[in-house]
Amino acid sequence: MGMTLTEKILAKHSGKTSVKPGDNVWVDVDVLMTHDVCGPGTFGIFKREFGKDAKVWDKEKLVVIPDHYIFTKDVHANRNIQILRDFAKEQDLPYYYDVGTDRYKGVCHVAMPEEGFTRPGEVLFGTDSHTCTAGAFGEFATGIGNTDAAFVLGTGKLWVKIPETMKFVFDGEMPRYLMAKDLILAVIGKIGVDGATYRAMDFGGSTVDAMTMEDRMTLCNMVIEAGGKNGVCAPDKTTFEYVRARTNKQFESFYNDADAKYHSVHHFNVDEIEPTIAKPHSPDNKAVVSEVAGTKLDRAYIGSCTGGKISDFIAAAEIMYGEKVKIDTYIVPATTDVAKQIKTIKVKDKTVMQIFEEAGCRIGDSSCAACLGGPSDTFGRLNGIEVCISSTNRNFPGRMGSKKSQVYLASPYTVAASAVKGVITNPREFFN
Amino acid sequence: MKSIIKGKAFVLGNDIDTDQIIPAAHLVYKLDDLDEKKNYGRYAFSGVPIEQSGLPQGNIPFIKEGNWQSDYTIVIAGKNFGCGSSREHAPFALQVAGIEAVIAESYARIFYRNSIDGAFIAPFETPQHLVKEIRTGDEVELDTTAGVLENLTQKKEYKLSSLGDVEHILRGGVEGWSEQEFSFDAFVSISSRLTYSG
Repeated sequence: MGMTLTEKILAKHSGKTSVKPGDNVWVDVDVLMTHDVCGPGTFGIFKREFGKDAKVWDKEKLVVIPDHYIFTKDVHANRNIQILRDFAKEQDLPYYYDVGTDRYKGVCHVAMPEEGFTRPGEVLFGTDSHTCTAGAFGEFATGIGNTDAAFVLGTGKLWVKIPETMKFVFDGEMPRYLMAKDLILAVIGKIGVDGATYRAMDFGGSTVDAMTMEDRMTLCNMVIEAGGKNGVCAPDKTTFEYVRARTNKQFESFYNDADAKYHSVHHFNVDEIEPTIAKPHSPDNKAVVSEVAGTKLDRAYIGSCTGGKISDFIAAAEIMYGEKVKIDTYIVPATTDVAKQIKTIKVKDKTVMQIFEEAGCRIGDSSCAACLGGPSDTFGRLNGIEVCISSTNRNFPGRMGSKKSQVYLASPYTVAASAVKGVITNPREFFN
Repeated sequence: MKSIIKGKAFVLGNDIDTDQIIPAAHLVYKLDDLDEKKNYGRYAFSGVPIEQSGLPQGNIPFIKEGNWQSDYTIVIAGKNFGCGSSREHAPFALQVAGIEAVIAESYARIFYRNSIDGAFIAPFETPQHLVKEIRTGDEVELDTTAGVLENLTQKKEYKLSSLGDVEHILRGGVEGWSEQEFSFDAFVSISSRLTYSG
């Protein structure tokens, strides 16, 4: 029987010729990623279980990226970054991106591809649920807890169950007003926040084939919001060009067999998808933007691993060009590379940065910032009863700070259009 | 995991995400410092909107003002408990707060695996909609061997789904492994035979 892309990667990494959903296998790990929230706990368990003088299994395969609580006075948060720093020094880690240095990157899931750590056919684990973002590169990538991560640190292996695959096929040319974020919100709205629990979500079809890597990352990033174990896009010329520009490491590409077996197959014609939004307080609380247009807002937020990539800011700048925002609008470039590009890339005759500044946006330093609330002094955090529209990934109660706040999730186009109007606005109004 | 877990029930709804279980602002405390880790108990479930906290009536805080631990021992919840982030702090926080078992209709994958990896709490599943049956504050007794929950207040009994192979790992904590050694020994010597993996 044929295998899916996900099954083939896990078979290869467990030394088997074939696997099927439900099998439990030990896989060899290509890359482990951790950050400032889960790194200290992971390192603590590693030392406890493998000894205080233990060395990590392969320092070339460990990536440590502080990104969550960076620009804060919180003493515990700063202490945690010092724990990462000390561990990186002790273990002589080549891939540690320290705060306050030129190496500092920002949001790990965007920094990982930038630095060439996401490669087709590999197995990537990270102590963060949005590690699934990297499936866009045709690899198996998923989030794990501290104990699992500590086990990987000591052994380079982890035990996983082979997931069933749900296939999502998008066909048609992307309409001008639509973004990958609209597609994934439409999927989550259809299948629900537990609609893919324990399963792989495979994205294909002519629309996905025509997408940039960043668009595919947006799709895979939010599979966890449907409970998915991993998301995946088949690697192609677009993937190879992106990866080859950033690393010389060899990799192997895997594809779904023609007779691969799927849990289910879901077809979408993108012409029929409207700009989509998730209402408070769940990513599957779907509406099309026109249904909630006119809803009064206090704040707009563009940032995070989902909506803080350079393409997200270019999209927002296309809408905001020559406009003024009517509500507090926070811009947080995911990484320092994105922050640099904002200052050089132009929309018409102005840089993206100029457009944001002239529109009256507030621009913050690269990190996860208010996407997950964070310490009380976090840039853009919702501290009261605000209603916010955001390009991020979660709108659980209190996710961006106060439990009294409300968060609408939408594409950067929709967030920017809404910022300009001060109420939820269909971006199609800007593309006539 | 004890054979019999007895205490007060705390009832919550569907899709209780990890930000509700332990809000992100509190993920900064050390997990292995005896004093500092008490904060995880103090702030457990502090992200649940108060009107949905302690069903059916709501407005019942899980941790009383000024306390570090909860008066409740067993959590009853709906579907998709623990959705959201991979933070192992979530099942840990419930354990530190004094919770020994959660009984939910279903779990998010990473939370379930984390619960067992660290033997923090026993994650039981039930096909029944117990959220509508059990009231916050009811005295309940969970027989973890038989997989039976008895509501002592309402004098009703419910059969839960089998823990499956997970039971061996959770039981291991009281059969020789100290809690500290337990999860890793379980991993190395037992886990490849079991089916709980996420």
